[in-house]
Amino acid sequence: MSTTSNASTSIRVQQWQEFWFYFSASKTAVAGLIFLILVILMALFADVISPHGPAEQYREFAKLPPAWVEGGQLQFFLGTDYAGRDMLSRIIHGSRLSLLAGCVVVVLSMSIGVLLGLIAGYRGGWVETLIMRVMDTIMAVPGLLLALVLVAILGPGLLNAMVAIAITYTPSFVRLTRASTLSELNRDYVTASKVAGAGPARLMFISILPNCMAPIIVQGTLSFSTAILDTAALGFLGMGAQAPIPEWGTLIAENRDLIMSAPWTVTFPGIAILLAVLAINLVGDGLRDALDPKLKRS
Amino acid sequence: MVPVFFGVTLVAFGFIRVLPGDPVEVLAGERGVSPERHAELLAQLGFDKPLWQQYFSYIGDIFQGDLGTSLITNRPVVEEFFELFPATAELGLCAILFALIIGIPAGIIAAIKRGTWIDQGIMSISLTGYSMPIFWWGLLLIMLFSNTLNLTPVSGRLSFLFDVPPVTGFMLIDTLLSDEKGSFLNALHHLVLPSIVLGTIPLAVIARQTRSAMLEVLSEDYVRTARAKGLSTYRVVAIHALRNAMITVVTVIGLQVSLLLAGAILTETIFGWPGIGKWIIFSVFSRDYFAVQGGLLLIATSIMIVNLIVDLLYGFINPRILHQKSKS
Repeated sequence: MSTTSNASTSIRVQQWQEFWFYFSASKTAVAGLIFLILVILMALFADVISPHGPAEQYREFAKLPPAWVEGGQLQFFLGTDYAGRDMLSRIIHGSRLSLLAGCVVVVLSMSIGVLLGLIAGYRGGWVETLIMRVMDTIMAVPGLLLALVLVAILGPGLLNAMVAIAITYTPSFVRLTRASTLSELNRDYVTASKVAGAGPARLMFISILPNCMAPIIVQGTLSFSTAILDTAALGFLGMGAQAPIPEWGTLIAENRDLIMSAPWTVTFPGIAILLAVLAINLVGDGLRDALDPKLKRS
Repeated sequence: MVPVFFGVTLVAFGFIRVLPGDPVEVLAGERGVSPERHAELLAQLGFDKPLWQQYFSYIGDIFQGDLGTSLITNRPVVEEFFELFPATAELGLCAILFALIIGIPAGIIAAIKRGTWIDQGIMSISLTGYSMPIFWWGLLLIMLFSNTLNLTPVSGRLSFLFDVPPVTGFMLIDTLLSDEKGSFLNALHHLVLPSIVLGTIPLAVIARQTRSAMLEVLSEDYVRTARAKGLSTYRVVAIHALRNAMITVVTVIGLQVSLLLAGAILTETIFGWPGIGKWIIFSVFSRDYFAVQGGLLLIATSIMIVNLIVDLLYGFINPRILHQKSKS
């Protein structure tokens, strides 16, 4: 028993090594990964890093420009907003909400999507037809619009926005998982395990699912970045996180009127969104190149 | 397509029933109504009947082209939708045009110069575009071009100085038809920034897809044959490779329609563009139930129709599909 588990761990180590070999071949992907880790650390230690509290108001320092502009002060490095709140601290704290939103959306949509996709592919018949028709319906309405309508039903707020966005992302996972399941279903190893007496749950989750994971992981990474964008967009439209919560999209919305008098209050939250999303997309591209066997040797 | 259509009607129908509050509250506004009058008004809207009856009468109305009346403006939803639709269509077409004109050549150049700094530069820019929060991008461009450089107008479709009668609803065409001098250029001015903002993500996607499609085609045997025959690079790329690479690109453009409409919601909100996106946002916020219900259905239907057209175009561009079909 111990020899088999040793063998399987060494295979796993080998797989990781192979994966890392291909992933690290792309310098941009590694750069994205490093930046992403920095953002995650920033979110985790927001309380320690940020120079001020995110909601702390310094009325006498309202609308202060960034430190390097004339009139700026070093203690408010990225300037302050209309209420004298430190932009840098608000953006650092905002990273928590954006990353959290991304995680929640991906975990929700991926787990529901993979489950439904497996069932649709494995069961076939009317179950499959029903699941796929429902997914087609969700896909027929533009994602952001559907999310807006769902938030209108659930009530505005960050949590509801995350749930609404997760629902709009589910179909892509269902489709992907179903397609991979169908192509794996008739392979010899699945038949063998069926003959050996494996039940449907074991077949679906232990035999088939691990072999479908590569495209699902890539899709998950890409969804993570679009989830951050969509959460910010809902926040910007006033349907996501509500002010004064320092979510990045909400930050842009609440400072929108200051676009002329204090442009930094709009510029920096946007740069934060752009860089975070860019880093995740770089990682996603790297993952796809490393996990997609078709592209490997080209 | 038909099951999906009915799926969407169910979603649109369910939306009103699940939403907290009801249409009568919106109609009554701040003043409120007595409970008796409230029930009476609900009955007038047919909300007192069993759900399945309500659904069937809703479907019946749809097939008669009746999608209800807006609670705010008191006008038929269909009428409002089609009045605003050209504005969104014009914006969307210009955005796609912008994305194609820049995206396809950029993708081709990147593929030909594969691995060089030109390729890396183009791909970096396009990934940045792909990661762009477009509502922020719009604000940034307004800040730069409208407020600082004074080059473009901040919002709307046409300056109030011009009086152009609506004929087609497409401002570029209407201004050409009218005899107002300078109105065409003015309309064009209004279109530039919104089109760039809305076209940014499609541009990035198209550039990336064109590049990978070109790379695939350029490694095919027939391209090598064409090269071996001594044809110039231009001829090989533009005549032999591009046509086949375009097949992938057309599919991608078709997939952009839904994203484009989602983007239009943000773009129209930022630029005060009087189209479907701004209208649906307004309807959601003012709890104009029937407008949202009708809007959802009409938007989903128009996306389905566009996708159908793309499918047909696809057969036209890629004759292999038509041959396969006629054989089977």
